[in-house]
Amino acid sequence: MSFYLAFKEIWRNRGRFLLFSLVIALITVLVLFIAGLAQGLAAANKEYLEKLNADLIVFQEKTELSTTASRIGTAKFNDIRRVPGVKDAGPIGFSNATIVFAGVQKPLDVSLTGVEPGKPGAAPAFAGEDLRSNRGYNTVIDRNVVEQTGIKIGDRITIKTIQGTEDKFHELKVIGITDGRQYFFQPSIFIPLDTWDKIRSQPEVNDLASELVVNVVAVQIDNPTDQQTMSLQIERLVGGVEVVDRRTAYEATPGYQAQQSTLNTQQGFTLLIGILVIGGFFQIQTLQKVPQIGMLKAVGTPNRSLAIAVVLQIILVTIFGVLLGSLGTLALSLGLPAGIPIIFLGNNIALAIFTLLLIGPIGGLVSVRLALKVEPLRALGM
Amino acid sequence: MNTILQTQSLSKIYDTGSLSIKAVDQVSIDIRAGEFVALVGPSGSGKTTMLALLAGLLRASGGSILIDGSDLGKMSDVQRTSFRREKIGFTFQANNLVPFLTARENVELMLRLNNKNDRQGRERAEELLVRLGLADRLSSLPSQLSGGQQQRVAIARALIHNPSVVLADEPTAALDTERAFQVVKIFSELIHEQNKAGIMVTHDLRMCQYVDKVIQMVDGKLIRIIADRVQIEGLANNSLAEIRQSPQPVVFDEPKRLPVPLTQTQFSVAGAGD
Repeated sequence: MSFYLAFKEIWRNRGRFLLFSLVIALITVLVLFIAGLAQGLAAANKEYLEKLNADLIVFQEKTELSTTASRIGTAKFNDIRRVPGVKDAGPIGFSNATIVFAGVQKPLDVSLTGVEPGKPGAAPAFAGEDLRSNRGYNTVIDRNVVEQTGIKIGDRITIKTIQGTEDKFHELKVIGITDGRQYFFQPSIFIPLDTWDKIRSQPEVNDLASELVVNVVAVQIDNPTDQQTMSLQIERLVGGVEVVDRRTAYEATPGYQAQQSTLNTQQGFTLLIGILVIGGFFQIQTLQKVPQIGMLKAVGTPNRSLAIAVVLQIILVTIFGVLLGSLGTLALSLGLPAGIPIIFLGNNIALAIFTLLLIGPIGGLVSVRLALKVEPLRALGM
Repeated sequence: MNTILQTQSLSKIYDTGSLSIKAVDQVSIDIRAGEFVALVGPSGSGKTTMLALLAGLLRASGGSILIDGSDLGKMSDVQRTSFRREKIGFTFQANNLVPFLTARENVELMLRLNNKNDRQGRERAEELLVRLGLADRLSSLPSQLSGGQQQRVAIARALIHNPSVVLADEPTAALDTERAFQVVKIFSELIHEQNKAGIMVTHDLRMCQYVDKVIQMVDGKLIRIIADRVQIEGLANNSLAEIRQSPQPVVFDEPKRLPVPLTQTQFSVAGAGD
């Protein structure tokens, strides 16, 4: 009976229910875009650190976990390697560079990352080859570089760095492509550490005789469940360092927390607005149906049947609206330029869709209660 | 004919703080199968409250209501809803039909509610609608039907599930004279054919020509019951005579319009019994 009433009413009033669904679809698009933006911006910030093949990351102490401020020299790096329980360690140096092109193609700012091939921190190539030597002018580039520039394996690229006050240009050969490894809103290219030390941007021309200094060290430990103990051990034995896990490291990235909490707040408010809007729609609809509900009760329709019919309508309209909105979001996302930091995958989006499916029933609860409270005599004017 | 509906000293009292209002005051009636009864009285006489009590939509403050041997006073709200669904047919002054269901679907609604929407039931629904002159309106929505047609669909819906009692609240209120007569005539015929107990609340005394009994209420009290055919026709014809002089329908407003004037404290049963 409930299904019958619910479906018949939707079918005979298709236009009105389609309108409800469109409103839900619009809210869905908004929520999913915010969720996608949150996911994309988070990835742009933390992708490299999140995917790092390491259990711990070592920073210089008192640098507030800032990779740009942190400096770790070769001696300290070797001390880290020698700590009991450390399985392997890889130094990582960060810098900025620009890939420049002949002709009209726009240059692309990238994160120039120096790593030791085969060590923690080195990004594995899913196409082409990994870096093998600690020297040389080969590079493994991030998938995002490929999407934004069309660069292929085998291409020679020119990167620009600033040493002192001069622009310096260096040619690198692309030998591999790794998956998304964005860092600080930039796609990454990986080069051997010694090469990185030579060509990176720096305030003065590099004195190659001085100690090689990197920003952080990625550490793999023998017992990955023992992170807390190993962190303290490394800090105690090496001294002058702060050791954290990957999550703590990327959450400390400047602006990350503020950005994510802003976007989460926006998402929350949009969902709240959705609940109020949908609730308002269904409440108005139920108010318009009071005489009809009164008549149905007067002829003996059980309260339970009426309530289920109302809930079913809300669920069907919500599901259709969320489906429509999700498809609309997908269609819109296909037209987005490659550089826009929006990702429509992952837990964030799944959670957003699940929450959207709930806003209809939650918003509609008031109208269900209203339907149950209808007095047949009063509704019929008797 | 056996008694289908019986009330004994039925009362309904509304307590509004310092004031007690007796909407129905010690009313005892009985209605037999195949009997079509008009419940008349001025506005505020308790007719609609009486109908609501008989339908189980209101709980009585005192007395009893027996329908088909079942005491409504002893039922819970859920039981009364179930009883109403199975044993009572109801038409209303307005908002009779579900707006998104066709005429046929509105009638079949009662079959669905009673889990009787099989092929036989659907065929009966169609037959009833055809009988009511709606053969070409089976697939029409209520918005596509006239007031009279809507009332006829409501009558079909009230009868389709084979109830024991059929209640009608002002079925002609929104209809012109010709439609009003049509509707009440058909209603009366079906009540008699199907041997139901029918009660119609009406302001329009002209409709009484189709009933077997007139029950008059004033200020919640039962004033009298007219079962004599001559007196009933006299009631209706007096109203018709006044219509010829005035285009407005006669509304039963004051006791003095009755052929036998009565005070409010008297009641008599004129020509009661077979």
